[in-house]
Amino acid sequence: MKQVTDFTIVAREQLGNQYFMLTLRHPSAMLNVVPGQFVEVLVEGCREVMLRRPISVHDADERTAELKLLIQIVGNGTRRLAQLGVGDKLNLVYPLGNGFGLDVEAGAKVLLVGGGAGSAPLYHLARVLASRGLEPTILLGGRSADLIPVKEPFAQFGRLLIATDDGSLGHRGLVTEHPAFAEPYDRIYTCGPTPMMRAVAQSAAQRGIDCQVSLENMMACGVGACLCCVAGTDEGNLRVCKEGPVFNAKILKKLWNL
Amino acid sequence: MLEVKIHNLQLANPVMTASGTFGYGPEFADFVDLGRLGAIVVKGTTGTRRQGNDYPRMAETPSGMLNAVGLQNVGVEAFCKEIYPTIKDLKTNIIVNVGGSSIDEYCAVAEQVAELDKVPAIELNISCPNVKKGGMGFGTDPQMAAQAVAAVRKVYHKTLIVKLTPNVTSVVDIAKAVEGAGADAVSLINTLLGMAIDVERQRPVLSTITGGLSGPAVKPIAVRMVWQVAHAVGIPVIGLGGISTAADALEFLMAGARAIEVGTANFVDPAVTMKIVDGLEDYCRRHGVADINDIVGIV
Repeated sequence: MKQVTDFTIVAREQLGNQYFMLTLRHPSAMLNVVPGQFVEVLVEGCREVMLRRPISVHDADERTAELKLLIQIVGNGTRRLAQLGVGDKLNLVYPLGNGFGLDVEAGAKVLLVGGGAGSAPLYHLARVLASRGLEPTILLGGRSADLIPVKEPFAQFGRLLIATDDGSLGHRGLVTEHPAFAEPYDRIYTCGPTPMMRAVAQSAAQRGIDCQVSLENMMACGVGACLCCVAGTDEGNLRVCKEGPVFNAKILKKLWNL
Repeated sequence: MLEVKIHNLQLANPVMTASGTFGYGPEFADFVDLGRLGAIVVKGTTGTRRQGNDYPRMAETPSGMLNAVGLQNVGVEAFCKEIYPTIKDLKTNIIVNVGGSSIDEYCAVAEQVAELDKVPAIELNISCPNVKKGGMGFGTDPQMAAQAVAAVRKVYHKTLIVKLTPNVTSVVDIAKAVEGAGADAVSLINTLLGMAIDVERQRPVLSTITGGLSGPAVKPIAVRMVWQVAHAVGIPVIGLGGISTAADALEFLMAGARAIEVGTANFVDPAVTMKIVDGLEDYCRRHGVADINDIVGIV
């Protein structure tokens, strides 16, 4: 089930220059959102923008009927969204796509690898995994500490580790160079820049670890109709909005040369 | 009040969905009462399965978008076996958009689709700008267009709609040619050939370099072409190109379209077709229009 709904912005938090967090409240009963699913946001009052913007859900709570979106300002659409404030309405089509597979056994060793603002959907995932008694390792990376918009709040859900290219926080280097990355895991989830996800998936493939990645492609409809956002997987051109955005890395061997 | 007829097709209202923008219909079932649509034109279907073009396939442009999907589809056999059974009982007209690279392929698809009881019409796509062979090639030359339509006409005896490309000097010449070859209706316009460049990377945005422009940006061109064609042919005209409100739809009807198709607007508001149907009803009430056919071509 999907809906088009006017949410109300109930909180807005600026996170450095490039990022902001919107907390949105549904007018009544919000549909269930699975970690890794996304919404399509209508951007109003911007001449250059016609199409909705796909944005992953940072967190969702059906009991309070609230969604959180962590947004990076990258273009005209997100710049316009950055101007919105508490009390403004935001029209969403939600929930969209297939989220992360939650099929992990109790006691499993699970690693979440996020890069920059790509760590957004991992927050919801970490919370749900923790609520099921798992203690995930959460490894967040970025070029520098300020390019990882949300860090400490992850610590409540598991073991939080940081890697930065410039060494401004945590381990100096790439996430794949962090000592904890080399530990054995039963499942790896990753979301972030493509080169990072590819490196994570490559290592996972070599070690025989099941790896789920969340892809981001330019998108129009968001509901599987227009076929614009396809990824060239080993199973053919699959829609990132419908079969994805979360894919098992084992079908991306050709795309990513795994 | 809103019923219209396209050849033998009885539509509850003039609002149809444009091929390639509405999937097969069920993709929008959460947002739209599919039974309230005049017709659903499903994704372009070809003789064999096609993977389409490489990513990137789209670019947003001012008040519009470019696409270069390239007819990715499951092929007519899988459509008939796997998809048709899931949509045949929808309480609307299911129209199959027929694509291809050769006259033989068009005919083969049309013949197989003709066997489907609940598909009363096809829309022959001689105007896709995004496939290397065929497609738009047939739609830009009156003789070739007539040839393709005449061949399909021989094997297809239900309602034959021919979708026209705007990428020609005279769309009227093409419309007349396909009418002469036996088309029961024409729909126009398909997308306008366009291009966008990523100046930071200094290269085209689309993997195919060029693609088809759609959305509100093309609407005035489409209205003009519908008006020209409606004055030149005797068969019904279906208008499309940038329609996103009831007022847009009314422009096309007044220009001479008997029905309209909504395309790109479905991406912006998945429930937009219902708003257009409501808006047409409201307009008729406000203006005392007892039969929407009375305003078709009044301009």
